[in-house]
Amino acid sequence: MSIRLATGGRLIDRTKPLDFTFDGKRMSGFAGDTLASALLAGDRMLVGRSFKYHRPRGVIASGAEEPNGLVTLGNGGRAEPNQRVTTTELFDGLTCVSQNRWPSLDHDIGAVNSVLSRFLPAGFYYKMFMHPRSFWKHVYEPVIRAAAGLGRPPEGPDADTYEHLHAHVDVAVVGGGIVGLRAALTAAQSGLRVMLMEQTAHWGGRAPVDGDRIDGQGADAWIAATIAQLEKMGNVTLRLRCMGAGVYDHGSLLAYERLGDHLPHHKGPRHRLWRIRARQIVTATGAIERPLSFACNDVPGVMLASAVRDYIVNFGVAAGDAVVVVTNNDDAYRTAFAVKEAGLDVPAIIDARAAGGALSETARAMGIRVETGKAIAKVLGGKRVTGVALCAQDGDGTAIEEIPCTAVAMSGGWSPVVHLWSHCGGKLTWDEAQAHFRPDPSHAPTGQDGQPFVVTAGAASGALSADAALADGDAAGRIAAARAQGDHDTVADVPAPDPGTAPTPVWVMPRNAGDRLRAKMWLDFQNDVKVSDVQLAAQEGYESVEHTKRYTTIGMATDQGKLSNINGLAVLSQSLGKNIPQVGTTTFRPPYTPISMGAIAGEARGDLFQPLRRTPIHDWHDANNAHWEPVGHWRRPYCYPRPGETIGDAVNREVLAVRKGVGLLDASTLGKILVKGPDAGRFMDMMYTNMMSNLAVGKCRYGLMCSENGFLMDDGVVARLSDDTWLCHTTTGGADHIHAHMEEWLQTEWWDWQVYTANLTEHYAQIAVVGPKAREILQSLGSDIDLGRDALPFMQWREGTLAGIPTRVFRISFSGELSFEIAVAAGQGRALWDRLLEAGQGQGITPYGTEALHVLRAEKGFIMIGDETDGTVIPQDLNLNWAISKKKDDFIGKRAQERSHMTDPARWKLVGLETTDGSVLPDGAYATREGLNANGQRNTEGRVTSTYYSPTLKRGIAMGLVHAGPDRMGEMLRFAKVDGTAVHARVCDPVFYDKEGKQQDV
Amino acid sequence: MSDPVTPLNHARFDGYVTIAEAGPTGMITLRGDLADPHLSETLHGVIGAGVPARGRAEVIGDNTICWMSPDELLLMAPRSYVPDALARIASAMGDRHHLAADVSDARAMIRLQGRALREVLAKLSPADLSPAASPPGTIRRTRLAQVPAAILFQGPDRADVLCFRSVARYVFGLLSNAARPGSEVHRTAGAGNPEQ
Amino acid sequence: MLILTCPNCGIAADETELSPGGQAHLKRFGPGSDDSDFEGYLFLRDNPRGVHFERWRHAMGCGKWFHAARCTVTNEVFATYSAQTSEPPQDVLDRITARRPDWQS
Repeated sequence: MSIRLATGGRLIDRTKPLDFTFDGKRMSGFAGDTLASALLAGDRMLVGRSFKYHRPRGVIASGAEEPNGLVTLGNGGRAEPNQRVTTTELFDGLTCVSQNRWPSLDHDIGAVNSVLSRFLPAGFYYKMFMHPRSFWKHVYEPVIRAAAGLGRPPEGPDADTYEHLHAHVDVAVVGGGIVGLRAALTAAQSGLRVMLMEQTAHWGGRAPVDGDRIDGQGADAWIAATIAQLEKMGNVTLRLRCMGAGVYDHGSLLAYERLGDHLPHHKGPRHRLWRIRARQIVTATGAIERPLSFACNDVPGVMLASAVRDYIVNFGVAAGDAVVVVTNNDDAYRTAFAVKEAGLDVPAIIDARAAGGALSETARAMGIRVETGKAIAKVLGGKRVTGVALCAQDGDGTAIEEIPCTAVAMSGGWSPVVHLWSHCGGKLTWDEAQAHFRPDPSHAPTGQDGQPFVVTAGAASGALSADAALADGDAAGRIAAARAQGDHDTVADVPAPDPGTAPTPVWVMPRNAGDRLRAKMWLDFQNDVKVSDVQLAAQEGYESVEHTKRYTTIGMATDQGKLSNINGLAVLSQSLGKNIPQVGTTTFRPPYTPISMGAIAGEARGDLFQPLRRTPIHDWHDANNAHWEPVGHWRRPYCYPRPGETIGDAVNREVLAVRKGVGLLDASTLGKILVKGPDAGRFMDMMYTNMMSNLAVGKCRYGLMCSENGFLMDDGVVARLSDDTWLCHTTTGGADHIHAHMEEWLQTEWWDWQVYTANLTEHYAQIAVVGPKAREILQSLGSDIDLGRDALPFMQWREGTLAGIPTRVFRISFSGELSFEIAVAAGQGRALWDRLLEAGQGQGITPYGTEALHVLRAEKGFIMIGDETDGTVIPQDLNLNWAISKKKDDFIGKRAQERSHMTDPARWKLVGLETTDGSVLPDGAYATREGLNANGQRNTEGRVTSTYYSPTLKRGIAMGLVHAGPDRMGEMLRFAKVDGTAVHARVCDPVFYDKEGKQQDV
Repeated sequence: MSDPVTPLNHARFDGYVTIAEAGPTGMITLRGDLADPHLSETLHGVIGAGVPARGRAEVIGDNTICWMSPDELLLMAPRSYVPDALARIASAMGDRHHLAADVSDARAMIRLQGRALREVLAKLSPADLSPAASPPGTIRRTRLAQVPAAILFQGPDRADVLCFRSVARYVFGLLSNAARPGSEVHRTAGAGNPEQ
Repeated sequence: MLILTCPNCGIAADETELSPGGQAHLKRFGPGSDDSDFEGYLFLRDNPRGVHFERWRHAMGCGKWFHAARCTVTNEVFATYSAQTSEPPQDVLDRITARRPDWQS
């Protein structure tokens, strides 16, 4: 049983008890506890169930590598699944529940899988659920989906806030153990901007637990002094609870700071995602202890030797009162000593090395039984350890003796944490002497200058003893500082392997264990991958470590193989008869441990999720019941429903108001681009398919723009403002990209042409006043512009004032009615709108939205970019040949339109469509023909591009692209509806209303 | 003509940095050959200073000249002066190739005041906004979250953010959110005291 | 996450402040060109493993285009240079050969 010791625990404050609940049961701990240490202190050894077999699982580690102790923390808007108990700081009132069990952790029905585990080997799902085929969709998939998933997603919105922070530093040091502190201090002494981050709540890492002495001081004292020194330096930023999550190109480092997880009533962001640009990154990320693969190594109570030591020294918690230590190296002896010092029993140290190690005699001198050349044949016990069966390491697992115990501390050696080094291309080398992969300094990640930008330090380099690690940390600090200042000649010293820390590799314990034992040796504790599974994969031909990973799911759990990777690939290489370096590792990908979705989103939620663009008249629309339509990032009123009106009613009312009286449209979103210069005319002729250079000053012309691929891209009215100046109107969506398109040609192709452009879109509010009474209303506002039919004819513009506001009035029409578009400075837009409404009150002036705009233009057969065009339509398809100059040698898209497919008479072309029954055609419907195409689909001969109910004509109207359409006037087409029926429509002229154009020229 | 309506109606947020709409301000986009001494001379006559160095802004009394790109300046002056300034530029530049346009209503100007303003901006922009990289007098065009913006560093505790008018509320929202009390970034947060 | 220094404004810009513009130094073929030249201009692009010349625009910045010579394998940036040139200048080529002696344009 795990217990709280009467004394000890350097991180806890016994005067501050804290209450929490686990699966509804009240428990208590102390300030400074992790959830893991508090659970162990309360003898909560069983904390979860494994994913596949639902085996009982206990805490195995004391840090970020923990695969078993996963709980759902909190509830409601603050519930979060899959939180590691080892990295969760205890606070008063914490609530958590265990996962992957039903109905309860102690009595779990899914545990039947464990009994059946013999029938659930690697690749079971792939092999089993193949047949019969139809079962997949209706039987297997629903059942598997119901059982899948680790934890349950929280319900409702996240109650917390998050933020990003960009930081620029010279040297970023990841890892606040003694090596990180040393490296940061060394680098900071050169005056550079240094940032030091530590993922836990404490500086100094494992050194105080290991009892290291530094510069003649105890580790705790040295750490406190060093931090005090760093805090005083203005060029140093220090972060606790801040994990280096990923290293990316050009010195990009992502760090995840947890500000509020340990403070339940914290004000401010819960997590902060640091987006750091560092000239150099030092990874002082330490090393992770490896488990040993012996049978039933997953029983609660079997822990990493270092974790057992951490819990005793840091938290005054013992994993058991009788701890068997099993190891292949010296380091685990320190755990035995710590257990002894705490007054507990060490029934045996089982050392797989035939001759033991340097500390074997010390242990014996302390009265500890040391068994060398021995192994654990099997752990005894179910939901907790009751003993181990001892056997010879070189044998087949025949038990010599059973040793009763309540916990097992295992150590298979240490693996440097190479994740951050590897994220951006750092290579590894297999260190035979130390039996681990460590960074190869000659193949470092390189930055924009082609020079290395990551340097490892301490245990992360493979220097496992404190002295070697500190020396390496100091070297790393110096190298990083030099490189950050452009000196790449300072080279890294490769630390000499420390023989005292070298393990004797033991990948399977005992060496000749048979099938039965190997099927109980866990490699990946969370995903239930055993030695036998990896061996089966190898047998079945999986030679690549990446394929084996996916086939067996080893390393695919939330811990991403922090404990299982090296052991797994060692077993794979043995099974394949290859060397470990030949097999290699799987790819290390960011983040180092999972980070919250909230942190990734940062501020981008709610009102700040996306920019919302507002016109100067937005607030009026909002206050007058606008039904909004998103157009790019803009919101435009679709229509303004009145009480009792449906959306359709409102649109019809608005259309008729424009046709019979006068309407008002906020057209401020239209792009307005100024083009000026001696070569502007020439440039305009290249941009537009029309001739624009010969447009007279004071006049307007409708123009088309194509891409170099010939396809219609944008349209709008161009006004010539002066001899060398044109104003181009674009579509709402086109403003930014058409301006960019113009600048691209000017900057990258015709850079010797004298043309300047300016995007003036946002400077102006633009209001369209449309309908037979439009002139009357405008005149009543008072203007120094003669707005008469002959003084300001159709397709001309004038400058002056209107209602006292400086303005430019364009007589252009997108509705077929008498129409003026009035541009004023944006800050006057709302004033003009209000004046127009006021002036038109007696005439029934009606604000109208984008849908009425669409109906009005469709009644007139005007095309709309994005409806009649989709990136594959050329102007000729839309019978717009009149707008394509034949006099010009060149314009953007001209050459492309000469290609044979573009000039094919069989292209689909624009026509009007009228249904025989007056109904509205479904949008996007296809005209079908008899027979099937090569893919077995129905042949088609056209499609609907715009379709509306016309309140003016009181029937459905539509436009569409139809095979050789203009030559087929009067022909009947059959349009398929989604319900399988069809509707018939006649090919007709796309101009449904006022074919002569009399209404707009009055 | 009524008084111009500013994009944010003088909104203000008092966080650990104060965020407040500034303006209205007259603005002119001027494109031309910045190396042409005649242009510099024209500017001296119109606004009181010549072409600023790359990436810099020159403040002369109520007027400011910002370097926007190798062939573009942004002139800021009282709104009432804009028509006159445009006329003077047109007459001084004559046939020399240039473009000058009134853009006084195209943008919002948001003033940040407080010692931590660079920190608030760093929550939104990937640019290096440290005093070393962007000393006072710098104009930095960058992005704030998802939209383009320009930051004009006026002094140790004042900066003006320029963004397009249509996204003014979005940018004001971003800045206010970033300046919320409780979200301060302390240089040594949590360093000495794990309870902090 | 690249950093490219815009030669127009001197800013070391974050990738998120830039828009990519594809392969650099294409020669435009307009009306009168034959189909294969036009196809090459419009559709065919190099996809080298190593040195590549590309176009970028400082979109969230000065708005100007520029060229970059970059290694597609290591993301080493040999140079950024003016957009107003139809071929890489000699000093850019020299910097590339200094770093990649075996490289041939």
